[in-house]
Amino acid sequence: MSTEREAIAEAPASTSGLAGPRFRPGESAFRWMLFACLAIGIVFLGVLLTYVLVEAWPRLDSRLWTNFPSIRRPERAGAQSAISGTIWVIAFTGLFCLPVGIMAAIYLEEYADPDRWYNRLIELNIQNLAAVPSIIYGILGLGLLARQLGLGTTVLTASLTLSLLVLPVVIIASREAIRAVPQSIRQASLALGATQWQTIRRQVLPAAVPGIATGSILALSRAIGEAAPVILLGAVTYVAFNPEGLDSAYTVLPVQIYGWISQSREEFHHLAAAAIVILLVLLLLMNAAAIWLRNRYSKRW
Amino acid sequence: MKNTIASSRRKTIGAAALFLAAALPLSACGGSAGAESQQQDLSGTVKVDGSSTVAPLTTAAAEFYAEEEPEVRVTVGTSGTGGGFEKFCNGETDISDASRPIEDDEKSACRKNGVTYGALTVANDALTVVVNKDADWVDCLTTAQLKKIWEPGSTVDNWNQVDAQFPDESLKLFGPGTDSGTFDYFTEEINGEEGASRTDYSPSEDDNVIVQGVAGSPGGMGYFGYTYFEENQDELKALQINSGKGCVAPGAKTAQDGTYTPLSRPLFIYPSKEALGRDEVLDFVQYYVDNNADIAKDARFIPLSSRQAQQLTSDFDQLKP
Repeated sequence: MSTEREAIAEAPASTSGLAGPRFRPGESAFRWMLFACLAIGIVFLGVLLTYVLVEAWPRLDSRLWTNFPSIRRPERAGAQSAISGTIWVIAFTGLFCLPVGIMAAIYLEEYADPDRWYNRLIELNIQNLAAVPSIIYGILGLGLLARQLGLGTTVLTASLTLSLLVLPVVIIASREAIRAVPQSIRQASLALGATQWQTIRRQVLPAAVPGIATGSILALSRAIGEAAPVILLGAVTYVAFNPEGLDSAYTVLPVQIYGWISQSREEFHHLAAAAIVILLVLLLLMNAAAIWLRNRYSKRW
Repeated sequence: MKNTIASSRRKTIGAAALFLAAALPLSACGGSAGAESQQQDLSGTVKVDGSSTVAPLTTAAAEFYAEEEPEVRVTVGTSGTGGGFEKFCNGETDISDASRPIEDDEKSACRKNGVTYGALTVANDALTVVVNKDADWVDCLTTAQLKKIWEPGSTVDNWNQVDAQFPDESLKLFGPGTDSGTFDYFTEEINGEEGASRTDYSPSEDDNVIVQGVAGSPGGMGYFGYTYFEENQDELKALQINSGKGCVAPGAKTAQDGTYTPLSRPLFIYPSKEALGRDEVLDFVQYYVDNNADIAKDARFIPLSSRQAQQLTSDFDQLKP
């Protein structure tokens, strides 16, 4: 430290910064600190994955997706109803929330006048909604959809509630993607005589697809791991059948995992770990799809 | 330009369709298994929710019943007795599992929504406090002594602190983990609050570990479900419990007649009369009632006494539409 100060004192201030490689403890310490911050996350993830895999190993076989849950015979229990329930619920969540979310984003980006107070109010509320805890959406779904509207605790209620839950995220991600399309593209399209709708449909949306798809899939990945809202909405721990329709009873993986972990017998803990692995695989598949879509369709101007 | 955009859109839609299609094959293969039953073909869904203590019993019933009527779908939730009654009185479930009788505010909620019901006692639950087989100094403890040992913050670590007449023998405690219904029940009855317990004991989710631990230490003590003691009675000694009316030994008989207090209790299911109007619910409860001894045994509860079983049959007959 003292040698450095002497060096600075000797040399003119302007050249010291441009001087060649010299030992700067502050620089490298900062760099190592950044690396350590990254390492904390990675190490914990590694430990978590290893732990889950080790716990799951004895039960990570086809019984998991060919069999239904069983309290009487844990060695024959599986999670087929939870896996298919999760796919049903998430598929319909996507079906409900993606069109609505993307269209809302188009309105806000392309049509809404940002100076109007009501548009600003809507924007502010969407930002706030994205931060509301998921259990609140569960209570809303139970009170409004399941009870008031009489939809009951079904696949439909769960999908609609999860749609509401991830809608703000879909809207925000889609807006970002639409905003990233250069203004010049729109102006060129309009100048050539296209209407606003034609411009959006033929120029803006196709260019924004990678961003919208990535954001939407990440939003659905969030929905897939939710246990809190669906536990209020009738996803129970013993459901030994797959959903057959929107009005069917169902269960999902996070709830099934929760149910097994709260069992006192050791076999169920392995089963829970194995179900966690399945859930992670589903999540990884969805995230891989997001990355693939982004790379496949991304466009540079 | 136009061409490439159009084709890229088609691919996106294709990817979305692929994702949706993944849902279908899984759903197709579940229902058909074992549909060739000769009996009348019942179908429909029976929704059960409530006590997590009773859930293993009802789930066992549902699993047995699925072999008889594979098309009837029984779902069992574990919202707790109170949470179960809330849904039940709202007409959202057909049957409520309960480890205590329905309370007054729950009754009025049911009345308000026009849900009528009956209580059926389907099994008995009992806990056993065990000590080492060679612990000849103790046969019976009062509930106050148990509380002194197990309450939160307790520092009792020697038998002579429980009672001055007991020998100088260090007390080693074993018990179930906090996830277990046994833990909830014991802490509620002995310490007066569910989940309140001293924490410096050796917890295990595996009853076998408790058996081994108590059998292996001269001053050991532990607790678990009575049926588990029955299977291991050669290795351990069960304590009698004095809750103010003298010492009572745990057993099927004292649990069934309700004298082994406070560590035994009846378990209930509450079917709603409205739901019993549906054939699949009626048939499931009928099956539950007819086979209650096998179901209780399988789920490791104490079956009903013959008097309790008669009571159950007559209660159910009154409840039937």
